[in-house]
Amino acid sequence: MIEAELSRSVARWCPGATGATGAAKLSGGASQETWRFDIVHPEGPIGAILRRAPKGYGAAPTRAAGLDAEAQLMQLAYEAGVPSPRVMHVLVPEDDLGTGFIMQRVEGETIARKILRDDEFAAARPILARQIGGVLAGPHKLLPSKLPELRRVTATTEIGEFERDYHSLNWPKPVFELALRWLRNNDPGPSAEETLVHGDFRNGNLIIGAEGLRAVLDWELAHLGDPMEDLGWVCVNSWRFGEIDKPVGGFGSREVMFAGYEAAGRKVDAARVKFWEVMGTLRWGIMCGGMMQRFREGPDHSMERAMIGRRASETEIDLLRLLAPRGR
Amino acid sequence: MQDEPTPIELTKSVADFLRNDITPLVSGHQAFKLRVAINILDLVTRQLTLEEEGDEKEVERLRALLGSDGSLTDLNRALAERIARGEFDLATPGLAEHLWQTTMDKLAVDQPNYASYKRELGRGG
Repeated sequence: MIEAELSRSVARWCPGATGATGAAKLSGGASQETWRFDIVHPEGPIGAILRRAPKGYGAAPTRAAGLDAEAQLMQLAYEAGVPSPRVMHVLVPEDDLGTGFIMQRVEGETIARKILRDDEFAAARPILARQIGGVLAGPHKLLPSKLPELRRVTATTEIGEFERDYHSLNWPKPVFELALRWLRNNDPGPSAEETLVHGDFRNGNLIIGAEGLRAVLDWELAHLGDPMEDLGWVCVNSWRFGEIDKPVGGFGSREVMFAGYEAAGRKVDAARVKFWEVMGTLRWGIMCGGMMQRFREGPDHSMERAMIGRRASETEIDLLRLLAPRGR
Repeated sequence: MQDEPTPIELTKSVADFLRNDITPLVSGHQAFKLRVAINILDLVTRQLTLEEEGDEKEVERLRALLGSDGSLTDLNRALAERIARGEFDLATPGLAEHLWQTTMDKLAVDQPNYASYKRELGRGG
């Protein structure tokens, strides 16, 4: 039934389009949904993706940039040459689809384990660490004056948020306390430059094809802050999916990613990257705790959510490996 | 005293039934959910097998570290507070070893296939 609204919508803004078919929901929480569909066109079907907050769900969670900002950032990134889906249409009230946007569908794989294991991606894997470095330079080079209104994040504000989130879980975890203490003691202070930070750039949020990186997805956690945050987050062990000796998403070394980043005209601060990797490991651990809480309190009583609660211990071992490594 | 089979044996029998008899019958999203369900039952079986001994040793270590007594939750809360206040850190004798052992015991239940765990297990402590 969403196809009726999509058909009316595409007819208004996509010249020649006569309808929409094949709509299928790819993912959806209570407040945000992603759909795939095809625009029917005389020159052949056009693959598209709808990201929307259904009617009645306008408010974004506090950490999210909001769908309007997300659309604007993706468009800016696309225009700056960052591999990113082209935004085709920002929803208006006449669309009767809620708020959000429609973008071009980029074919390829996002499931990290497939990308790391399947033969199809054998040629892509060795080049991805360097490519990720080069691509990450893109958002960091966007002019701040062109960006939409975004949350500002520093290491100090982020540590404070983690402490608050962790304490709200009422979940005494000596390893998390140790990590929080380490972060406080090693807080590098505000970054000399404040740039756009993607905020969730990692294996799993990238569309990969046989030849390499095709598109960067999930801009919803974008904010202004220390660009080294993105380089640290992509190295968090949870996103290596078992390839633990290849820090950059399971693809390659930090040094290779740094080389790609610097070849694109930007400077790396390796100490800050390490700091943000510790921060990111703790961040995912606290998020696992949040999943447990949501499972327990009812809004999502699924088995998957319950099991993610039991993955916090993975981040504890990774924090110990970072902060208290045992003999090599 | 309850009769047998034990909870470990009962849970394992359900997990094995789902794994061997039901898995071939379902596909798609249901197959994914079934895998999650089996993983949960396997985790519960591991916890029922390992928890008692692990908890006993954890309490012993915590008592020695803190010089006080209490429930496992209370002792963990006390340790967390001392670390938060900076009274305990990695230079505190026994702290790193305690955190490592406790974490390894958790992974043995939660995710024994996690690559970091398998690597550290190979170090033999």
